[in-house]
Amino acid sequence: MTTFRLNGRNVTVNGPDDAPLLWAIRDDAGLTGTKFGCGIGQCGACTVHVNGEAVRSCLTPVSSVAGQSVTTIEGLGGEHVLQKAWIETQAPQCGYCQSGQIMQAAALLKSKPKPTDADIDAAMAGNLCRCMAYVRIKKAIKLAAGVKA
Amino acid sequence: MSVSLDNGPGADLAPSRRGFLITVTAAGAMFSASAPAQAADSFAPTIWYDIDRAGTITVHIIRAEMGQHVGTAIARIVADELEADWSKVRIDHVDSDPKWGLMATGGSWSIWQSYPLYSQAAAAGRIALIEAGARLLGVPASACVARNSAVVAGKASVTYGDIIARGDLSRKFTEAELAKLPIKTPAQRKLIGKPAPARDIPDKTNGKGVYGLDAKVPGMVYARPKLPPTRYGSTVASIDESAAKAVPGYIRAIALDDPSGTVPGWVMVYADSFVAADRATEALKVTWTSPDAIKVSEADLQARARVLVSDKTKGGLVVEDPGVDAAFKSATSTLEQTYTTATALHFQLEPVNALAFEKDGKFEVHTGNQWQSLVLPWLAQALGRKEDTIVLRTYLLGGGFGRRLNGDYAVGAALASKAIGGKPVKMVMTRADDSRFDSPRSASVQTVKMAFGEAGRVTAMEHVACAGWPTEAMAPFFMPKGANGVAYDPFAISGANHWYNVGAHRVRAVGNDLANQTFRPGWLRSVGPGWTNWALESFMDEAAAKAGVDPLAFRLKLLDASGKNAGSAPNSVGGAQRQAAVLNRLAAKAGWGKPLPKNTGLGIATSFGQERDMPTWTACAARVKVDPSTGAVKVEKLTLVADAGTIVSPDGALAQMEGAALWGMSLALFEGTAFENGQVRDLNLDSYTPLRMGDVPDMDIEFIASGEAPVGLGEPATTVVGPAIGNAIFRAVGARVRDLPIRAEAVKAAMKR
Repeated sequence: MTTFRLNGRNVTVNGPDDAPLLWAIRDDAGLTGTKFGCGIGQCGACTVHVNGEAVRSCLTPVSSVAGQSVTTIEGLGGEHVLQKAWIETQAPQCGYCQSGQIMQAAALLKSKPKPTDADIDAAMAGNLCRCMAYVRIKKAIKLAAGVKA
Repeated sequence: MSVSLDNGPGADLAPSRRGFLITVTAAGAMFSASAPAQAADSFAPTIWYDIDRAGTITVHIIRAEMGQHVGTAIARIVADELEADWSKVRIDHVDSDPKWGLMATGGSWSIWQSYPLYSQAAAAGRIALIEAGARLLGVPASACVARNSAVVAGKASVTYGDIIARGDLSRKFTEAELAKLPIKTPAQRKLIGKPAPARDIPDKTNGKGVYGLDAKVPGMVYARPKLPPTRYGSTVASIDESAAKAVPGYIRAIALDDPSGTVPGWVMVYADSFVAADRATEALKVTWTSPDAIKVSEADLQARARVLVSDKTKGGLVVEDPGVDAAFKSATSTLEQTYTTATALHFQLEPVNALAFEKDGKFEVHTGNQWQSLVLPWLAQALGRKEDTIVLRTYLLGGGFGRRLNGDYAVGAALASKAIGGKPVKMVMTRADDSRFDSPRSASVQTVKMAFGEAGRVTAMEHVACAGWPTEAMAPFFMPKGANGVAYDPFAISGANHWYNVGAHRVRAVGNDLANQTFRPGWLRSVGPGWTNWALESFMDEAAAKAGVDPLAFRLKLLDASGKNAGSAPNSVGGAQRQAAVLNRLAAKAGWGKPLPKNTGLGIATSFGQERDMPTWTACAARVKVDPSTGAVKVEKLTLVADAGTIVSPDGALAQMEGAALWGMSLALFEGTAFENGQVRDLNLDSYTPLRMGDVPDMDIEFIASGEAPVGLGEPATTVVGPAIGNAIFRAVGARVRDLPIRAEAVKAAMKR
């Protein structure tokens, strides 16, 4: 049994301590915006924030976030500058990876509010978009950051 | 090739115009294609949209939403012709129901097939609304126009909602009347071709979009299949649960009994959470008895294909002009080359999954799917029920790319539920499961030959392609017969029946029997042209080099739009002339012929998409830089030009071109796997490595302005990029590569030759 803060409220989940945070969020807490893609931390679809840092929830044991603050796409609020930019640029295609892309980009902008192209490529390298909507994802990040497209 | 697409159960793929019936019900008006015997107030099949008394227009979409924003595009076709207020239009992605007819999303067919159908339906609606509105306004219909969801006569107007509430809308259109209905000319369009945000996008930015993986019902248990060592022929010998029982939450394991043969040898592992099902599946020990397919390697598949290609008695003759052999015999010179492609995975990001249960006498399967009409008969056979007692509930697809045309996973989930009395079971495959039992794009071997006469004139061409055949494996009713009476997979050879005038032309399609015995070949984005265009367009550059002609000029000369390549209404007006125009525009845009730095090359390739019946004229120029010390290829820029006729959603069309082009680049340089011991070698992203953001080159994409019939855009850009890159490598460093994906070692080796 583990208790942590999820999008600002306390949740307690059952199940083994080493169960991935991803499934605690999806199946126990019922928030399905965070996606299962590869299960080995290499597609980024499961990206959430733990204390503001982007992590791959498929590899994060739920017990490791006990007492910590976890934010998912649902906790971003819908009016986040990145979410608006994602709509403005019509970035998503199938959309399955986009929760993870947005969470990864949000962590990037927190640490580097004005990222360069190389910063963006490096920060987003772990997020696969199988529709290959990369051109627009990058455009959206730049739009949100207010840097030249 | 003229693929006959109407020879299967419910398989009429060509856009059809049927009689329409407009019915007013208590709820609103429904605009539908009618079954002849039905009365005006009865249930009507194939209902495309309805309007309620509040004026809300609901457009029913039978196509899967998998990233193409297809609902928005089709709804705008309706709204434009109906003169509807776009803000009052709703999109409804429907569940399976016999009334919708064929439900399939693939082949880049959605807009091409929907446009005439939904336009006619909307035109009929507009006319009926104008007539009813005119009666309410007390003026002749000729004095009225429809505008912004209202019928207007001078200063008087009545909204569509009010007409529905007050008017008499009983109006029938015969087929003949329907055929004469005025459809808007391009100049009259208000929504088609104009930018509009896609309706599905906001929910894809906030976690609200519901995909198959997110489907849930109370009381469901979780399951993961323990997959057999081979796709076919493995039977369960024994199951040892002892280690699985130690996993908390484990329920049981059951070897599925599948009368449909879709999921032979699958053992379903049930648990009270996905984590437990996943872990118990790893712990469960199952032994199978397996067939010889367990030994098959990629080299075996290629070796078998080479044998079949060289055996002239094998396969279907897709194109067989008279005089091919004679032309080769009398040729002043000939060129022959062999091209190969490796197995490739779909790797759609959402692993396949389905939730299934029995409720109120129906079996429900909740899942993302691209071809409901194909999987329903499999489900019926597997479950021993009638098709009309099974319903597929529709969800967003976390990527399709053809993987979800094969609904095998729905069968596994349904049988898992049936095995425990119809209780709800949510089956989720892991990424490795998904890759192992993907329906991968088959490896291929192709030989292409050309005969030259006096002054380098092209007098004949032969293209033989051998690959595993998805349509033979899953939808054999779609296989037409070749000129020699042998059935072939049309989707596995399309592209070879090109629009170049090459004199006497022969195309032979051969199924790789060993591939079809070893795995279930899949339709992967663009299907056949993924390999046929690799061979064809690489060969065109090689042939140009042999003839001593510039590769652009060589192609343009053959694209003379004469004879069978002249094109015809409504879909291929202009024929090869339009492909030539696309190439010319591409050459100008990409700076063809201009000097480039050392080890840098510009290569071109072109395509007509998939089927001659629905050509999307496409061309690509790739500028690459090759590191001569390693053979490593860096793509610096991709320039693409497409003529897809009328563009319904310009931004959505551009997004499809962007994604498809990068798919082509990824398949050409970053992907590819191999069969080892009867299974694909690469199961996850640790070794299967699609293109990432940092690999994206500069991109410049343009559509030719056109008012011709809208054709497909989801796939054509996929197949021009690989050969454009291959041709660019040759122009950069003189290395000709003939195997896809292109590896640095192969480039380096080819440089030495």
